[in-house]
Amino acid sequence: MRIVVPVKHVPDIHSDRSFTEEGRVARGVENGTLNELDENAIECALQLVEAAGPEHRAAHEVIVVTVGPTEAEGALRKAFQLGADTGVHVTDPAIGGSDVFGTATAVAAAIRKLSESGPIDLIITGMAALDGLGSVIPSLLAAELELPQLTLGTRFEFSDGMVEVTRELDGVTEVITAPAPAVVSVTDHVNTPRYPNFKLIMAARTKEIIQWSLTDIALNPNDVGEAAARTHVVKSAPRPPRDITPPVVDKGDGGLALARYLIDNDLI
Amino acid sequence: MTTPNILVLLDTADTQLTSAGLELLTLANTLGTPVAVSFHEPSATALEQVRTYGVSRFLVAALDGDISPHITPAAAEALAGVVKETTARVVLASPTFQNKEVVARLAHAIGAGLVIDTVTVGFEGDDFVGYKRVFAGSWDIDCKVVTDVAVATVRANAVIPTPPAQPAADVQVETVTVTPSALATSVSLVSRTVHPPIHGGVGRPRLAEAPYVVAGGRGTLGDFSQVEELADALGGAVGATRDAVDEGWIEHDAQIGQTGVTVAPRVYIGAGISGAPHHRGGMQASGVIVSVNSDPDCPLFEISDFAVVGELQDVLPQAAAAIREYKASQGEASA
Ligand SMILES: Cc1cc2nc3c(=O)[nH]c(=O)nc-3n(C[C@H](O)[C@H](O)[C@H](O)COP(=O)(O)OP(=O)(O)OC[C@H]3O[C@@H](n4cnc5c(N)ncnc54)[C@H](O)[C@@H]3O)c2cc1C
Repeated sequence: MRIVVPVKHVPDIHSDRSFTEEGRVARGVENGTLNELDENAIECALQLVEAAGPEHRAAHEVIVVTVGPTEAEGALRKAFQLGADTGVHVTDPAIGGSDVFGTATAVAAAIRKLSESGPIDLIITGMAALDGLGSVIPSLLAAELELPQLTLGTRFEFSDGMVEVTRELDGVTEVITAPAPAVVSVTDHVNTPRYPNFKLIMAARTKEIIQWSLTDIALNPNDVGEAAARTHVVKSAPRPPRDITPPVVDKGDGGLALARYLIDNDLI
Repeated sequence: MTTPNILVLLDTADTQLTSAGLELLTLANTLGTPVAVSFHEPSATALEQVRTYGVSRFLVAALDGDISPHITPAAAEALAGVVKETTARVVLASPTFQNKEVVARLAHAIGAGLVIDTVTVGFEGDDFVGYKRVFAGSWDIDCKVVTDVAVATVRANAVIPTPPAQPAADVQVETVTVTPSALATSVSLVSRTVHPPIHGGVGRPRLAEAPYVVAGGRGTLGDFSQVEELADALGGAVGATRDAVDEGWIEHDAQIGQTGVTVAPRVYIGAGISGAPHHRGGMQASGVIVSVNSDPDCPLFEISDFAVVGELQDVLPQAAAAIREYKASQGEASA
């Protein structure tokens, strides 16, 4: 079995995040990390390839793919620490400024290239990247690759070539099924990602990463990046901090103070 | 110049439109000519609502065969048929998880630009712009769409629902039927179960679109009754942190945050919530943030316009009673 997990290098949500003057997310090595929700996707993939037992583990491959600048490699290294077998880094100056379609085009092209060396059974992604929170890349990837999409899985099963996913949406639970190969996205409720083990942490440092340019994945510079973007960030600015009043300490009338605040500010 | 057609995807047209739908129609009126679309036959109530909001064309996006519009790619293909039929310049939808996926595939299929989770949208000259608040509400960005058709999801509470001065004379209902592709039908829906309202709160507004949200965290110790009491006093919805959901104290539908529902109410009240970045990501765009916590160093206080250091069981019922009393006095005054 070959499973591809597209991963993203994102600013740490606990750090200050910002935009560059060109309207792109500022990504630095210092505060960057593997998108937390991608860990659930990697965990899903690992559980599948481990299911047949350690003696069969080598017959399967979990491939992590990332598209982005040099520091995006950090996301692949973190995935290696968890147990991913192969890492692919697609990087090219022309990719900068891509919108969601450009990103999906590049990831899809990398997956097509990977399938030249053997069929891909599943593509598993996290439910969203915690920096952009669009949640649309899995759908776009499925559209690009012309594969069934089974997204936002809180439960995931794969047997006899069929994928079944339970999804918890706004006020509804759906169970959907489709034949593999398919694009699956999973939420943080699907599993609990493992912690990296020491041996893998050491090995991850020097593990080789496959580097591909746009030419390697058969794309032209104007298929992606600024050139292909259908949207442009034309303005970005940090918001002024809220006008914060010091907390009221409840001395028996805290609830009244709360109500008074809402009433006095015409909020009711 | 003719005004552009603004297609509005209505989620609940088979029953009646909620404020989310009316807000989208309000925005559509500021952008051009509003045209309504739904995957279901509209109810008489919904038709009258859209008429009041200046809509004279209502399109039903239908699928040939027995294909459910809950299958994302099929829904997108049906919608693409309607966009073509109406030569829409803009497509607006509410940001439910389903809608985000459907409009992403729609944009992919028709080569349109996509802006997800906008706070509001508008034209700057001929350019369609989506205004977004990102990074847990700490940055504002303006996204210009450069394609002929723009697709956007708009968060609730973007505008106050306001019908135009002139309602439509009548509403013409048309059905556009699309035959879904083999790819769209490769996914089958095994089951679909609609959840009862959060904590049995019949009559409460939906969490994602409520003007008031009272959310409870671990500090409730599992007792959400005071959170509910305050929400009901305000006419709001009940929300929660993931920890409260994981404890089984409340349904998953109530989870606010980066992996749950995003809310942007006029007033958000966090009760016994520490304010983890994951939670903030789903509520920091709220108009006013109020928090109640026994810990004076609670991180949620850092982003709260108003905060009370105290025990929930003391503060919440007192606040609820005072609000009910105030509302009753207002009611008397206006009567
Ligand atoms: C991948 C991932 C995704 C996540 N997504 C989300 C998400 O979408 N939404 C979300 O909410 N969380 C999410 N989390 C979890 C998040 O990190 C926090 O753990 C969670 O938000 C904390 O919930 P809490 O505030 O209820 O609990 P705590 O952090 O334990 O805070 C409880 C608060 O209650 C106060 N308190 C206790 N007793 C009282 C009392 N009697 N009166 C008043 N105050 C009291 C305490 O002082 C404390 O501040 C996610 C985590 C991960 C790893």
